[in-house]
Amino acid sequence: MSDLHVTPLNALHKELGGKMVPFAGFEMPVQYPLGVMKEHLHTRARAGVFDVSHMGQVIIRAKGGFEAAAQAMESLVPVNLLGLGENRQRYGFFTNEAGGIMDDLMLANRGDHMFVVVNAACKGGDIAHMKAGLAGCEVEEITDRALLALQGPASEAVLEAMVPGVAAMRFMDVGIFASDFGKLWVSRSGYTGEDGYEISVSNDQAEALARALLAHGDVEPIGLGARDSLRLEAGLCLYGNDIDEVTSPVEASLTWAIQKVRRSGGEREGGFPGAGRILNELENGAARTRVGLRPEGRAPMRDGTEIFTDAEGGKAVGHVTSGAYGPTIEGPMAMGYVPKSLAEVGTKLYGEVRGKRQPVTVADMPFTPANFKR
Amino acid sequence: MKFTEEHEWLRVEDDVVVVGITTHAAEQLGDVVFVELPEVGDEVTKDDDVVVIESVKAASDILAPIDGEVVEVNDILADEPGKVNDDPQGDAWFFKLKASDLSQMDDYMDEAAYNKFIG
Repeated sequence: MSDLHVTPLNALHKELGGKMVPFAGFEMPVQYPLGVMKEHLHTRARAGVFDVSHMGQVIIRAKGGFEAAAQAMESLVPVNLLGLGENRQRYGFFTNEAGGIMDDLMLANRGDHMFVVVNAACKGGDIAHMKAGLAGCEVEEITDRALLALQGPASEAVLEAMVPGVAAMRFMDVGIFASDFGKLWVSRSGYTGEDGYEISVSNDQAEALARALLAHGDVEPIGLGARDSLRLEAGLCLYGNDIDEVTSPVEASLTWAIQKVRRSGGEREGGFPGAGRILNELENGAARTRVGLRPEGRAPMRDGTEIFTDAEGGKAVGHVTSGAYGPTIEGPMAMGYVPKSLAEVGTKLYGEVRGKRQPVTVADMPFTPANFKR
Repeated sequence: MKFTEEHEWLRVEDDVVVVGITTHAAEQLGDVVFVELPEVGDEVTKDDDVVVIESVKAASDILAPIDGEVVEVNDILADEPGKVNDDPQGDAWFFKLKASDLSQMDDYMDEAAYNKFIG
C-alpha cells in the first residue's frame, strides 16, 4: 500500500490494531479489534473517535470578507450562504450543468472567511472547481491540519473537560478554541446521527489529541466500517453511492438543503449550475426519488440490488444504492431510488437477492432517531 | 479435523461430515449478521454453493466440500448468526453431509497444513 497517502494518525491506527484498507487514496482503518458491530453500538451508547483527515479542508477568502466569499460560492451551490450566520455551518452540494451533484460538503461562516470540508475522493476536482469558479476569491487547501470526529452521546462531556466552551455550542455551530493541542477548529456536527463534534487540529498535535480523547473510558476508536453503518442508519447519503453526477438534489430528497431564497420566486433565485433542471424539479417533482427501504427477514440488500414491484416477472423499477445490516435497528436497511409513484412510506416492493425476490418496504429515514443538540 | 482452501473445517463422524468455517475465516468476515442454510434432504455436489453468510462487510458462500446429502442443519444460526463469530470451530457448525464417497476427503489439509496455508 505504498502508493497510498497516510494521515497523521496512521501509526496510532496500527498501534491500536486497526485493520488498514485503501480508501479514496488513503490507507485508513476499516475496523479495530472491537469489530464493526460493537464499534457502531458503542458510538450510539457512549462515544467514538473517527479519523476523517482524508477529507479536504479548504479556506476561501475574499477582499469583501465572508459576504463576498458567500456571494461567489452561491454561484456554485444552491444554498443560502449570504444568510448563514457567523459561526454557523450549513450542508450543501456543488451542482453541475446537468443538475447533478458533483460533491456534497459543509460550508461554514467563520467571520472574515468561509471554511468548507469536502469528500476525500472529490477533493482535487472540488478545489479546481472552486479556483475556476470563485471570482475574486483565494482558495487555500489546508494540508497542515488533521480532522477528527468525536461522535456519540458522551461527546459533550468528554470534549468539554478538555476544551471548555464546546458544551455551549448547538448543532451546526462552529468555533475556534485554544487548547493544550493548539488552536482547534470545532464544529458541532458529524455523520452518525448522534451529537458530536468534528475537530480540525494541526498535524503535529493530532495524535496527542486522539490519545487524550481515547484515554477517556467512554471513548473507543471507530473505523470506516461502523462509520458507514452509522451514517446509513442516520439516513445520510454517501457521495458516489447514493448521490452522484447524474442524480439531482430533488431526486436525492435533499430539497431541505435548498433554501427558499434560491428557489423560484426567491430573492436570489437560481444562479447555480443546473438551476434550470433543479428549479423545475422543485416545482414539479422528479421522476424518481431516494427512499429508505427495510427488507423483511435478516438478509441485507447491498448496493446494486434491483427493485421490482412484483414477486415474479416485470422489469426492475429501481435499485439500492446503499445497503447493510443496522446494528442499532437489529435488522437490514437500505436506501435506493424508486419511481415517485412507488415512493410512499409503506409501499411493498421486492429486491432481488441472489436470484430470489425478497419483500422490502419503503420506510421513513432516519432509521434511528437523530440525537442532535439543537 | 480436515480443512479446505475455502477456510472450512470438516469433521468426520462415521459416514457423516460436519462442516463449519475456521476461526481465521470468521475473523476475516467480521460480524456475521445473516446465515442462509440448506434444507435437510438437499442432494449436493462438491463445490455447490450451500450456505450464504452475510457479514457487516459482504456476502460470501460456503461450498459443499464433497458430494452427499444434507442430513442436519444448525437452525440456531438463522436466528443467532453472531454465534459464527463466538464459536466458529465449535457450536457454530453449519450443516452435516452424509458422504457419497468419503475418499473425497483425502484432498483436504490437516491442521498443520492449514495453519501453514493461512500463514
